[in-house]
This record gives sequence, C-alpha cells and structure tokens, in this order.
Amino acid sequence: MAIQLKINGETKEVNADADTPLLWVIRDELNMTGTKFGCGVASCGSCTVHIDGQPQRSCVFPVSAVGEAEVTTIEAVSTPQAKAVQAAWQELDVVQCGYCQSGQIMSAIGLLSSNAKPSDEDIDAYMGGNACRCATYQRIRAAIHRASDMLEA
Amino acid sequence: MKTSMNRRNFLKTTGAISASLVVGFNTSGALAASDSGAQTDTLSNAFNPFVMIDDSGVVTVLTKHFEMGQGTTTGLTTLVAEEMDLDWSQVKVGFAPSHDDYKNLAFGGQGTGGSTAIGNSYTQYRQAGAAARDMLVRAAADAWGVEADSVSMSEGILSSGDNKGSIGDFVKAAAALKPVAEPALKSMADFKLIGKDKLPRKDSFAKTTGTATFAMDVKVPNMVYVTILRSPKFGGTLKSFEAGDAASVNGFVDAKALPNKAGVAIYANSTWAAIKARKSITAEWDDSGADARGTAEMVSEYTDKLNADPTYDVTGKGDLAAVEKAAASAEKSVSADFMFPLLAHAPMEPLNCVIEPTAEGGLRLHDGCQFPMITHPTLAAIAELPPEKVEIETYYAGGSFGRRANGASDYHVEAIMAYLALGGTKAVKLVWTREDDLAGGFYRPMSAQRATISIGDDGKIANWAHRTVAQSIFKGGPLEGMAVHEGVDHFSVEGIVDTPYQLPMSIGLTDYESPMPVLWWRSVGHSQSGYTMEVLMDMAAEAAGADPVEFRLAHLDESVEDQARFAGVLKLAAEKSGWDGKPMKGKGRGIAVHKSFNSYVAEVIEVSVNDKGAISIDKATCAVDCGIAVNPDVVRAQLEGALGYGLGAIMRNQVTMTDGVVDQKNFPDYEPLRITDMPDVEVHIVESELAPSGVGEPGLPPAGPALANAIYAATGKRITKLPLESNGVTFA
Repeated sequence: MAIQLKINGETKEVNADADTPLLWVIRDELNMTGTKFGCGVASCGSCTVHIDGQPQRSCVFPVSAVGEAEVTTIEAVSTPQAKAVQAAWQELDVVQCGYCQSGQIMSAIGLLSSNAKPSDEDIDAYMGGNACRCATYQRIRAAIHRASDMLEA
Repeated sequence: MKTSMNRRNFLKTTGAISASLVVGFNTSGALAASDSGAQTDTLSNAFNPFVMIDDSGVVTVLTKHFEMGQGTTTGLTTLVAEEMDLDWSQVKVGFAPSHDDYKNLAFGGQGTGGSTAIGNSYTQYRQAGAAARDMLVRAAADAWGVEADSVSMSEGILSSGDNKGSIGDFVKAAAALKPVAEPALKSMADFKLIGKDKLPRKDSFAKTTGTATFAMDVKVPNMVYVTILRSPKFGGTLKSFEAGDAASVNGFVDAKALPNKAGVAIYANSTWAAIKARKSITAEWDDSGADARGTAEMVSEYTDKLNADPTYDVTGKGDLAAVEKAAASAEKSVSADFMFPLLAHAPMEPLNCVIEPTAEGGLRLHDGCQFPMITHPTLAAIAELPPEKVEIETYYAGGSFGRRANGASDYHVEAIMAYLALGGTKAVKLVWTREDDLAGGFYRPMSAQRATISIGDDGKIANWAHRTVAQSIFKGGPLEGMAVHEGVDHFSVEGIVDTPYQLPMSIGLTDYESPMPVLWWRSVGHSQSGYTMEVLMDMAAEAAGADPVEFRLAHLDESVEDQARFAGVLKLAAEKSGWDGKPMKGKGRGIAVHKSFNSYVAEVIEVSVNDKGAISIDKATCAVDCGIAVNPDVVRAQLEGALGYGLGAIMRNQVTMTDGVVDQKNFPDYEPLRITDMPDVEVHIVESELAPSGVGEPGLPPAGPALANAIYAATGKRITKLPLESNGVTFA
C-alpha cells in the first residue's frame, strides 16, 4: 500500500505493507542507511529514530503507525542537543566499530532534550536499552556529560 | 595462497585517477612507485599502492587491514603521516582491495586478526611514507637546483631557502624517480604523531553522522535480498522444502535449495520481505550426520574426557596422573576444575555481504572483509572463475571479535551459492538476522580444565599439573599447519604452556570432537587460559599465605625482559589501583595479569556487594605494555572495550543446546554487557621503545579472573564454572 511518510522535513510516498517495520522502509525504500538493523526485537537500540522528537525503536514500529508524526533520522538531526552530542562524540572519540552509534546518539539526544543535566545514574537508566558490543559505554557517559556542558556554555 | 586482481582496474574503481604519485610494494615486498593510472613502476614492475598523493597535495593511505573498530584506519594512517610530516587533516584513508601485495606480514596472506595490524605494518607503512617523502624532496631539489639535504618537508610544504611549494606541485616529477630500496626512517625522538595523545580517529565523523558505509548499507543495481533457512542442527543437510505461503508475501521473488544442500535461499525485493517470507518455508533435513547432543551431554562428555588419560603430553614430562597425585598429597596444595561455555561473537552488525556480477564476466564482493586471503580464492573456486575475475570491496565492519575471519568463509559461501542458484546474473545481498547469528555456530569452543598445584617449603609453586579438554579451532582448517604441532593445537593451551611465570608445569591435552564449527573469539585460547591461570594463582597465593601480588612476583625473574614486562604491568596496576592487600568491608578487589599477542596487561577490579548479596563492578584499573603505543587513545579504547566485552561474557553469556538445537534466540537470551554494567575504567600505558604489539585482544584475558578474584575477596565464593550468573553470582 502507498503510505505518506513525513521524514527529515520532507513528505515521501512509500510502498509498503502496513506491518512493515519503519526501519526497513527507511533503509531499503528511502535509502537512508544511517539507521541500523541490529536485533529486530527492540533489544539493542541500533535502529533508534525520533518520532515527534521521541526516541523510538524503528525495528518494531510498524510504518502504518507513524501516521502524521514527523520521523527524524541520524542523517537529519539538527537541534542544539544533536549538534552538541555529535561534537562531544567526535571530541572524545567514542566510536569503535560504530555500528550502534547512530542509535546511541539518537538516544543521547533524546536524553539531553528532556534532561539537560543528567547524572551518571540518569544516563545509565536512559541509555540501558542501547547495546554496544565494543563496550564504549564509559566514553558514552563522558560524551553525554560533555555535550551537556557544551549546551550550558 | 595467491590472489590477484587487475591493478589498473582498482584505481579506476576507487576514483583515484587524479593521484599523481603512487608509492607501494610489489609482491616480493620491494618499494615501487609510479604516476597515476598504470600500476607499474618505471621498471614495469607491477605493484599495489599504499600511499597516493594527488596534485592538490592530498594524501590517501590505503589500509591493507579492515576496520572493525580496533582503530587501524587511524593507526596505519598515523605511520605514513609521521614519516611524511603531514598535517593530520591532510591525510585521507581508504581500504585496499584484495591482493597478495597487501599481505599481513605476520600471516603471509591478506587478513586481519591476532592483534597483528599495527605490529606487522609498523615498518612497512613507515617505509611507504618515508619513500614518498624522499622522492618528493629529491624532485623539489632537482627543480630548485639545490642539494636534497637542504630541502625540508612539513605539513605538505617543501622548502629550501627562499624556495617553497606544495607537495602537490612535485608529485609528477617525483613519480618519475625510483624509490630508494631502504628509505631512512625517523628516530623515535623525532616522532610528532606516533605516541601523540590524542590524534582524532579517522572514522569518528562518518560514524557519528550516519554516513559511514557498512556492507549492510550497500545497494547495487539489479539486486535481490536473500535470507537462508538453515538446518536447526549442526551437520544437517537439506532433503526437500515447501515454499508454503511465501509467494503471498509482497516482494517475494523465489526460493531455491542451495547447491551444497546447506539450506534454502529465500529471495525478495527487500530485506523485510526476505525475512518474512522465510517464516512460511518448511524444510525436511537429513540429520544422519547431525549433532543432536544437548549441553548437559556435552558437559558430561567433557568431564569424562577430563577424567581420562590425556591424548597429548604437551610438556613431554610423562605420567600426568602421577604428578597430580604427588601434588595433591603435598602439605599445601590446591586443585580446581574449570568449565567454560560456548560463546557467540554477536558483532553488532549481523553478518551480510553483497555479490554482484561485473561487466568483465567476473564477480564483485562487497563485504566488511576480514580474511581476503581465504574469501577471495574460495569465491573464485566455487564460481569457477580465475582469481583475477574476483574483486573484493571492503567496508567498515560493525564489529567482528573474530567472527568475520573464518577459514570456511561461511557466509561468503552461502552468498555465492545463493548467487549461483539464481543464475549468476542478479546481484544478491545476503542478510543474517540476530537469530541467525546466535544459532549460526562458529562459537568460542567449550573447554574443561583441571589443575592440581602444590606449594613447596619455600612458599612457591613446587608442581603444577594441568589438563585441558577443548575442541580444536585450527584442525582441519587452512591455518592448521601454523597452529598444530605433533597433534597439539597450540591455541588450546596458549597462555598456559607459554606463561611468563616460572612454573614447573606438566600439561596434558585431549581434543573434543563435534560437527559444530568453532572459531577464534576475541583473544582465542587466552579467553579461557587467562581465567584459569589467574584464578589459580590467587588460589595458590592463598594456600601459600601470601599476598596475590607478592606471590605472583615471586614466580617472575625480572632480569629476563619478558618476565620484567609482565611484572611491570602487574606492579603498575597494583600501584595505580591503590592495592594494599587488605580486606575492605562490603567490597573486594581482584587482580590478574596475562600476556597475549606479545602484549602484557594487568587489571585490578573493584566490586561491592549490596545487602542482598548482589555484586556491582565499580572500577577497573588497567596497565598495558604493548611496546610503542602508536595511538595512545586507541590503545585506551581497546583496553576499555576488551575489558567490557570480556566482563559481559564472563558475567552471563553462554550458548546452550537442547537436542542439538541452540536455545538462545536473540539478545534477550544472550544479554550483552549494558552501560549499567560498565565500571569506570582507567588505563595506564607503559612507556616503551620496543616494537608495537597487539591491543585489540590482550585487554580481555585478565578481565574475567580479576572480576572472579574480586568476587572471592568480597564474598568468599570461588567460581570456576562460567558464566558467573549461572553459578551462584548475582549482579546488581
């Protein structure tokens, strides 16, 4: 079926079954490959996108459930929080293999958008669903604090 | 193993036509250079580029190793940039194609593994940079009519007196010169980039903006997506299949038996349709050669083998049982049985690759390719193509931990089978799901070990009898000759037989056999031997009534370099962690030290116990001696990551089987380490002038025993069967 999708500031018409996870529409139909497939069961967070600004696991989010909501992917994040998070990630060289990092960044932006000054415990609680097999977690924590400081400055 | 490809074609495909000075090595390892385009030097020797400099002065380094996060794109680039005195932002990086010229000098073929990337490239990539520098300097000297030694080069600018110009201005003239055979390399005192803290990673920007390309992101024209329905049991083969309602899935294209009967390929127009359609397919399997054992049976078989006389007398000291008996009857002795589970690598990017036909009648593989030396000839043989008709394009790999390096090239073989079954005219993209990954075999093997140790009157270890039962990783594979000697797979006993400790050891080994494929998993045999050795050293120290650090040092002769480096990291980690050997209320500290991949790592882990007895891992202090740390921040990152990867596995990971079928379906059943588990990690690097050694793996082996020893210190529980959570430990 034809579905209108508001994504990254544009409206795109895509052809997909209603139950198709948003992830595969983004990746295979719209060719935006920054959002990753890691588990397909909302257990690793690699597929995290923003739906109306809220982090969501796109691998279990049916495309038909998006409706009028705005989808934002890693390719188009541009809020001050997003810029600070990306800059902090680069400054601290958080990434290793990098495959989960789009999802980590999308979650971190979500955290800083709702909590400008998170504690270590806040970070652990919010980021607990984003797995990183390279175990870059210590740097993720540090980069979120750094981004928070950048936003404050 | 020879692989070859059309060199001229490579520069075309990477769009590097404007490169004007190309420096590299030919197959015999000699430096060679040319101008852009033709990859033959002035003497018509074919070679492959390692460094390319275009006429705008941009330098591109081609890395012969793939990047799975371990930092090679940064590391190899640093080596070239150092010798050329480049501005860091002036250097770009690309992946080398598949070609024997790019062999890993530690392996003799192109591949990444064994924590060898920096070590084997250290001189080679510096030579490439130094040769390019020397040619540019000579070209400038010629143009200016001055002596070459009056010309200096820094940050892409050549100068002599009043003469000044960009390196880009001289690439054409430099390319007409012959490289010197052995260009002079900088002395360590002159390093500006090597050892600098910190040089930004080359892959950070792309990986934080969603623009880094992994093989999973590749889409080529005329491509179908493929999933495979595999035998639920290892060793099962396909008898027949029914497509069921698969055709009712939108986007379904076809389903075909793989020519090697390994499964059914399901073709579709999208990944999702290929995943969905697979659920409708039913298959019948021939299980006559399949393994139907469950984990309980396997554990019992391992135990039986552990109790029987070992097949191999690794140390050549004769009757192991007699040594054990004598050791056990000593006044002070310890003994323990260890059991290690199967582990999956579970890299974040599920396995996948793309194979497409080329205009020349060959094929091109798009892959985060770890072992081109195996994959390239394997694809050529199956497709019945000469090797030069096979090309490999390498992408960032979303982790590997050993999984993508595989003597059987398992997922590439699946992809080429699926490609050929469809006629070889359409590109295929093979995608594994996480369920496929966890059930897909090639696990870290199980291992059962038993040690019996006696303490002599001098308070030192008088006898150490050790038996190991393990499934050999290397037997029957392409690297068997390198690893197996007189029946003993070295990797089944590494870290024990070659420990730097001065120990009177007697070692026996028995192989376990199974059709289930096993594979190296980050740090290979050290992932088990690090645990046994360092838990045992703690137990022995206790039996001897000695401090764990003092006891370990008593078994090292620091006049020997190897042992001094081992002792050095042990002392450094102890000092930095504030080790005092005193008990702490509600807390515990454990220490472990291990040598692997020619690097030395000691780790101290501090845990606390809450009122319900659950453990929190609070802090880790690491000390590493890896020779010269080319990129100290990458070294730190690898130590942090290897420690975390090791802890997660030791805490709670295991692959188990019921009647030959894997029990774990997805991450909820094989829970990765989470941010909530990760301690604060501090890494201290020993300053060194020795050649660089590995850092991707050596941080892992000490992590588990340091944790186990800390748990013992805090709770009195000595855990020798893993994972910890299945054996009486609860984490907060």
